[in-house]
Amino acid sequence: MTQQLIAIGASAGGVQALSHILPPLAADFPRSIVVVVHVPPRQDNALVKLFSEKCRMQVKEAEDKEPLQPGTIYFAPPDYHVLVEGDGALALSTEEPVNHSRPAIDVLFETAADAFGPAVTGIVLTGANHDGANGARAIEDAGGVVLIQDPATAEMAAMPEAAVEACRDAAIMTLDEIAASLAAGVAE
Amino acid sequence: MTGETVEDLEIQLLLDALYRHYHYDFRHYAQASIKRRLLQARRQLGFDSISALQSAVLHDKTMLPNLLNYLTVQVSEMFRDPSYYRALREKVVPHLHTYPSLKVWIAGCSRGEELYSLAILFREEGLLDKTIFYATDINPAALKAAQAGIYPLDQVRLFTENHRLSGGHSSLSDYYTADYGRAVFDKSLRARTVFSDHSLVTDAAFAEMHLISCRNVLIYFDRDLQDRVVSLFAESLARQGFLGIGSKESLRFSAHADKFVEHVREDRIYRRVAR
Ligand SMILES: C[S@@+](CC[C@H](N)C(=O)[O-])C[C@H]1O[C@@H](n2cnc3c(N)ncnc32)[C@H](O)[C@@H]1O
Repeated sequence: MTQQLIAIGASAGGVQALSHILPPLAADFPRSIVVVVHVPPRQDNALVKLFSEKCRMQVKEAEDKEPLQPGTIYFAPPDYHVLVEGDGALALSTEEPVNHSRPAIDVLFETAADAFGPAVTGIVLTGANHDGANGARAIEDAGGVVLIQDPATAEMAAMPEAAVEACRDAAIMTLDEIAASLAAGVAE
Repeated sequence: MTGETVEDLEIQLLLDALYRHYHYDFRHYAQASIKRRLLQARRQLGFDSISALQSAVLHDKTMLPNLLNYLTVQVSEMFRDPSYYRALREKVVPHLHTYPSLKVWIAGCSRGEELYSLAILFREEGLLDKTIFYATDINPAALKAAQAGIYPLDQVRLFTENHRLSGGHSSLSDYYTADYGRAVFDKSLRARTVFSDHSLVTDAAFAEMHLISCRNVLIYFDRDLQDRVVSLFAESLARQGFLGIGSKESLRFSAHADKFVEHVREDRIYRRVAR
């Protein structure tokens, strides 16, 4: 099996949602996880610090041309898009904001789908915009799996709703179910 | 990881064609970003396939500038990452004062935001009159805009805030005149600037620099190409010359890292070691 990639997008309310999903994962969780959270441009990457303290997996800021490693959670740096390259490395970019956001979830998801095809799981969490919908669709089209936080349980429903609308057969789940599914996906 | 699609093949052919016909070499750019932007160009310019876009570009020279605007990322701001400019003021300028004359290269200058930031900083620090700036880029439209030095006023609010955070001694408004929603920057800032078309990929070193500022250009290249460019910078720098790169760029993985030492680590300012 090729190396598997989990790509997660979150916006308003995202830190709390991620706090449900990421800390339970084992230190040797055998996948790479790349996370885009919409954050204001000039904030130092507080997310990395916050989640390093909470998580058992290694947590770091994504670096340009960095090869993806299993057991590691990468956060997009503020004001940069994160892209996945065909050779399994990350790349950064200052291209225009997409959906008014940089980093944008669509950019991560679309390039991840392109690079890893069916070996990508995309997860769309709470948020008040539409970012991630096109990217989730791209992951589905490439044969990957999409999990979406049940809009009824999300702090902000707009982002998961947009993803539900864009996808044909995404699984709609509570945060606990998403967490369980990640663990189970590895146990298989 | 996944197999090559027809689209990926078409993209490679288009990049080959651009190189062989126009000598623009995007073949070793970071592929994910190039692909996104080419697909965007195909859609927005109204072509059904990348091959159709390729054919149009080869047969119609006037298409080339259009395509270049997609292939090169023209996103910039003045005093982007104020702490970089603050570090230049505090930790590089004192060294620059010791030279009788200075050469500074802004490589990949885009529409000039980085050039004017440095020119203003050099004026504030009393260095402008002894400095020659070389502002280079491969996108002719961007170079032209850099030469004009005119930016939308609504961006200038951000530039002003950045300038203040960079430790600016004056008000940014001292350096431009506002006119119909645009800020026109003072000609005197670029009086000693040479603008020229120069590719970091295909062109050679052209002068001996005391400072090279090349921010957010290396991230668009693949690793091999990054190596080539870092070596070009090493060749272009005077002994003990300075190199500043983007805040998320690094020489750490470069094959030529040993030609530099970190001068201000957090702000990605390096110094050429003696040769
Ligand atoms: C994202 S902009 C960076 C602008 C500015 N340096 C900054 O940091 O705000 C990247 C610039 O690099 C230029 N560029 C791309 N490839 C180049 C090459 N081979 N040689 C020189 N410049 C190049 C592009 O045209 C574009 O203007």
